[in-house]
Amino acid sequence: MNAGQPARRRAVITGIGVVAPGGVGREAFWRQLTEGRTATRRVTLFDPANFRSQVAAEVDFDPVAAGLAAREIRRMDRAAQFAVVCAREALADSGLDLAAVEPERIAVGLGSAVGCTMGLEEEYVVLSDQGKDWLVDHTYGVPHLYGYMVPSTLAVEVAWAAGAEGPVSLISTGCTSGIDAVAHAVQLIEEGSADVALAGATDAPISPISAACFDAIRATTASNDDPEHASRPFDRDRAGFVLGEGSAVMVLEEKSAAEARGAHIYGEIVGSAGRSNAHHMTGLKADGREMAEAIRVALDQAGLDPTAVSYINAHGSGTKQNDRHETAAFKRSLGSHAYDIPVSSIKSMIGHSLGAIGSIEVAACALALDRQVVPPTANLHNPDPQCDLDYVPLVAREHRTDVVLTVGSGFGGFQSAMVLARPGVVAHGRS
Amino acid sequence: MPTDDSPPVITGIGVTAPTGIGVEAHWAAVLAGKSGIERISRFDPTPYPVRFAGEVSGFSAEELVPSRLIQQTDHWTHLALAASEAALADAEADPSALPEYEMAVVTSTSSGGTTFGQHEMEALYQHEPEWVGAYQSIAWFYAATTGQLSIKHKMRGPCGVLCGEQAGGLDAIGQARRLTRRGARLVLTGGTDASLCPYGLAAQLSTGKLSTVPDPARAYLPFDRAAGGYLPGEGGAILVLESAASAAERGAGRRYGSVLGYAAGFDPAPGSDRPPALRRTVLRALAEAGLTPDDIDVVFADGSGLPAEDLAEARAISAVFGPRGVPVTVPKVLTGRLYGGGAPLDVATALLALRDGVVPHTVGVDSLAPGCELDLVTEEPRTAPLRHALVLARGHGGFNSALVLGR
Repeated sequence: MNAGQPARRRAVITGIGVVAPGGVGREAFWRQLTEGRTATRRVTLFDPANFRSQVAAEVDFDPVAAGLAAREIRRMDRAAQFAVVCAREALADSGLDLAAVEPERIAVGLGSAVGCTMGLEEEYVVLSDQGKDWLVDHTYGVPHLYGYMVPSTLAVEVAWAAGAEGPVSLISTGCTSGIDAVAHAVQLIEEGSADVALAGATDAPISPISAACFDAIRATTASNDDPEHASRPFDRDRAGFVLGEGSAVMVLEEKSAAEARGAHIYGEIVGSAGRSNAHHMTGLKADGREMAEAIRVALDQAGLDPTAVSYINAHGSGTKQNDRHETAAFKRSLGSHAYDIPVSSIKSMIGHSLGAIGSIEVAACALALDRQVVPPTANLHNPDPQCDLDYVPLVAREHRTDVVLTVGSGFGGFQSAMVLARPGVVAHGRS
Repeated sequence: MPTDDSPPVITGIGVTAPTGIGVEAHWAAVLAGKSGIERISRFDPTPYPVRFAGEVSGFSAEELVPSRLIQQTDHWTHLALAASEAALADAEADPSALPEYEMAVVTSTSSGGTTFGQHEMEALYQHEPEWVGAYQSIAWFYAATTGQLSIKHKMRGPCGVLCGEQAGGLDAIGQARRLTRRGARLVLTGGTDASLCPYGLAAQLSTGKLSTVPDPARAYLPFDRAAGGYLPGEGGAILVLESAASAAERGAGRRYGSVLGYAAGFDPAPGSDRPPALRRTVLRALAEAGLTPDDIDVVFADGSGLPAEDLAEARAISAVFGPRGVPVTVPKVLTGRLYGGGAPLDVATALLALRDGVVPHTVGVDSLAPGCELDLVTEEPRTAPLRHALVLARGHGGFNSALVLGR
């Protein structure tokens, strides 16, 4: 760094809130992962009898027990409820005194793939009289119906919960929304538009219309006989993803400010990049080319070599094409080192919550850095011969974890990568 | 990729709006004060208290959208596909001649593929899950437009989708500008929306913000004494935003203007006694542009048409520029509010105003509401040498965005 130049602004994670299948709250989430327990089951949120896929990873969520007020519960879609509960947990965890921060210096970067789908669908059923009326009866609409139609509502609710008056954005890039939203918030801190950001994502898509649309393209598993073992990333018997739901929201702070107040720092976000395959809305090319490029750029931003990566949190959705695509991308970007790095998919345990999962996985990475344990890939008994990396089957592993890579891949062809490091590991500013 | 801190330039504009298909058709309609608001034709609006809206009349997907994509995407995406094709042609840009990872797509939408979604939900609830088509998964979600534009134009850089209701369009352009600072050469940006289906209208009605005035010429009158809400519309604009270096390198023939500054801020939560965010957001955008209020020659206001919101915006503008201190206009009275497409269309209109040195007028407003101390340009366009324009947008829930454009 040149003398006289101010230090480059960096973003660190100082608070984590999680609502995920298997547990509400950060520690319940981490126990779920490190015990290798699956939270997939037969769908209870609606009757799945007529659907091809009847399995999901659901959150046992009681909004009252989670601390939401009656008006919040009435007003908010389930996805909004998740996000607000996470934001409050993250703020409490950070120990940040919000009164000491100018509200206009607090930003929100929240991701969601499908917004308030559940509220939108429930209201549709009423207004259309079970789909009978194309000219729906608007007089049956709840006062907050418009809030369900616009996904920006989710960011509004988190902004209100945090008293944020800086830049507030809802990022909706399908299944990479979670990583992309955190990356967006990091940008805001690095460029100086904010000092604190609530960053994360939320989705609650376990409803008939979402299930039907994934049924139609056979993306979700039809392994309905054994729901607990239905999500099988990297296994030769994998048969599609298991729809999930949940949220993670993190408190990001400008590094020097976080250090000055003596905050506990889970990790530093040292690189992120997105690339698109411009190939197909749902199809992936086998070579993993664009994901590899995103990984390469994210590591380059961090000034790190592939050999610095100590853990990869995979997208690992459990579809045939994804797990091969991604394995190819790791080899293409990291070379032979790809074989030496533990790689795992937490979707094996908590399903695929669309846009939310990327932020839940960032939270898992931050906890892996903090606890020096990497979560396993559950249900991996018979690896696909084309997926030949170390996927940490079944059992969590104590592992020296300094630098973690997390990736996402989604509809639209979007591929995202993010690199996190333990505090102090990455000494240099970005190139 | 090299970074570039000089302001990015807009080298191409594509418009699909109620005022016209194509940038010059739109501009001619705006200067003529020709409204695109008509009785809703996409469905029978008789049961609803709002029966008028801005539709993109004359839009033929068969002519303007690749046939395969017509079935796979919602009308909202059709409008963006056509606008993106026009914008690239206008810019004379050939994406196949540029580095694939240095081109990106960043769009805004407020509500995604609403009409497509209503059809598929009808199929689900009137029949069986298997009646839901394979394209629901890629047509309804908010990223559909960005994904399709990325695929169509083979743009493999860092793509994005920003949803900030009616402010999101400026946020998308602000993000596109950010990408050019981080090495992107060319970004397709802006946005469209199209929520003119019965369920989309029903959802919009729930806010109580739509105007139920039966005369379409008097229904949406921002800053007017008679303001009573707004009318909705569909469409928007897609822009080609390029780093100045890249535009120079490829010998771009046309520069509508530069994006000099951008800022976003959020209003305090309801019940707070803190001031709304618009004024400071404008000041931050000006500071980012390195300009003072005196440098701004025209303001394209958000102009929601709701008395309280109009008054708040007028006060913010007066606080920055002084009472009647700058010409203000709201050409979106001709289209209705286009949600994710509204601010990009305003940016397109502002660039044309800068190009031609003329401020378009706000048709229909004849008596400013008390407290709105604005130099609102009404009755006819006003010719003036224009150097810089400020575009404002606000979104439901508290979003505020401001963009500064230079000739």
